[in-house]
Amino acid sequence: MVFSVNHPILYLIVGLLVAVVLGQSVFFLVKALRRSKQLGMDQTKIKKTIRSAAIFTIAPALAIVVSIAILSKKLGLPLPWLRLSVVGSMSYETIAANNALSAMGQSLGSNAALTSQQYLNVLLVMTVSIMVGIWLVPAIGKKLQNGMSALAGRDAKWADIFQNALFIGMIAAFLGFVFCDLSRLWRADANGIVVETETVFNEVGEKVQQAVHHSNTSGLIPVLVMLASALVMVICGLLMRKPKLKWLSEYAMPISLIAGMAAAIPLTAWLG
Amino acid sequence: MKKNLSYMDSVHRDGTIWNLCVMVLLFAFPVAVALVFGVAPDWGALLTGLLATAPMYWAVGVIETITFVPMLGAGGSYLSFVTGNISNLKLPCALSALEQNEVSASSEEGEVISTIAIAVSSIVTTAIIIVGVICIVPLSPILQAPILQPAFEQILPALFGGLGVAFVSKNWKIAVAPILLMLVLFIFVPALDSGTVGIMVPVSALFTIAVARIMYKKGAL
Repeated sequence: MVFSVNHPILYLIVGLLVAVVLGQSVFFLVKALRRSKQLGMDQTKIKKTIRSAAIFTIAPALAIVVSIAILSKKLGLPLPWLRLSVVGSMSYETIAANNALSAMGQSLGSNAALTSQQYLNVLLVMTVSIMVGIWLVPAIGKKLQNGMSALAGRDAKWADIFQNALFIGMIAAFLGFVFCDLSRLWRADANGIVVETETVFNEVGEKVQQAVHHSNTSGLIPVLVMLASALVMVICGLLMRKPKLKWLSEYAMPISLIAGMAAAIPLTAWLG
Repeated sequence: MKKNLSYMDSVHRDGTIWNLCVMVLLFAFPVAVALVFGVAPDWGALLTGLLATAPMYWAVGVIETITFVPMLGAGGSYLSFVTGNISNLKLPCALSALEQNEVSASSEEGEVISTIAIAVSSIVTTAIIIVGVICIVPLSPILQAPILQPAFEQILPALFGGLGVAFVSKNWKIAVAPILLMLVLFIFVPALDSGTVGIMVPVSALFTIAVARIMYKKGAL
């Protein structure tokens, strides 16, 4: 059969795989909903949780569609569709595809169409490299969870603090990450320009260093976006205290997410 | 038999079955491509490609599993490690739901809430992606419009601003030290950027747990 990266058979296979994964999500949703009824949890709260999780997901999911569109130029639609529906992320898949292709004198950035063999190699490198959590969770997930439950049994208060410390630790790392380019402010030359080298793949898949110019204030953009989102969250928090506005609690997180993303547009135009 | 199984046990059993099935299916994809198009991999290039990619991904995968499983809960973990986009979508979604419901993540109610949030998020993501793939031709120029790109590039700061307020305000005592440490590290260590933030999550989590433990022992919490 004549190969193309958008061959109908590839759509068919990927469609089937995505359907199975969708089935798993539905299965666990139904299971958890049943359990919530057995536990006598407030079903109106559960409905709110579903609604706000759905709304919260829209903007990040659109960003994933953008990643698929970008990757599809070289890899066709089915493969990025699968990779970003099932594990994977834009940066992971870009690195994996480039590593697979550079060994064959190709790269994501070149215009040469992929042969079936190059496609197969990309597919295998992506599949094998990403395959960790999917079996490691069944292998050690129960032990980790039992460890947490044992902790809660011994000292419930500490278990609660431990859990919050984990969350705070993760949030702190990402808050730090928001500031990672701030040093451009004082690393810039007299013209306010910072030159950074990035490793990119050229047409034939060789790694080359490329100079990228950034403005000195560009590192402020993520910081200000984060602050805009935080500020909107604080405002929502204050408004929620009024009984009439209690419904906001469901939407506070998506609203602050969208507000932050929207703020990024003028901020980038101004500081970028 | 089934009656003796607790909810958590059944989550682990079903999750294991689902994950292993999906794993087999994912490996069936390259096999199917090879058979349908009558092509074999370029083994030498495959080895080179894998050596350049897999060791790093596997290391990150192991660290992510150990770090995220206690945060995602049982059901949420099985789903998240199949559907991906954990730190930029599933985990913030679960945290937001826990916060909104004011339940402890270590309780069974917390387990149920995070599973529901992650399952709904996975379903909505999959649905939006399907619509996106079907409508990619008309949608591409809109979603890839230059004016919108800054918004998509700044998703993480926009996510963690709101989430930070919600969580830090309730746990500020244990949050001050790790936030300061991470700020200093990310501002002054050039090697720390978007590529290394995943490695800093467990570092920061362990540091926060240590700080919390000391404060707890001293009766400051």
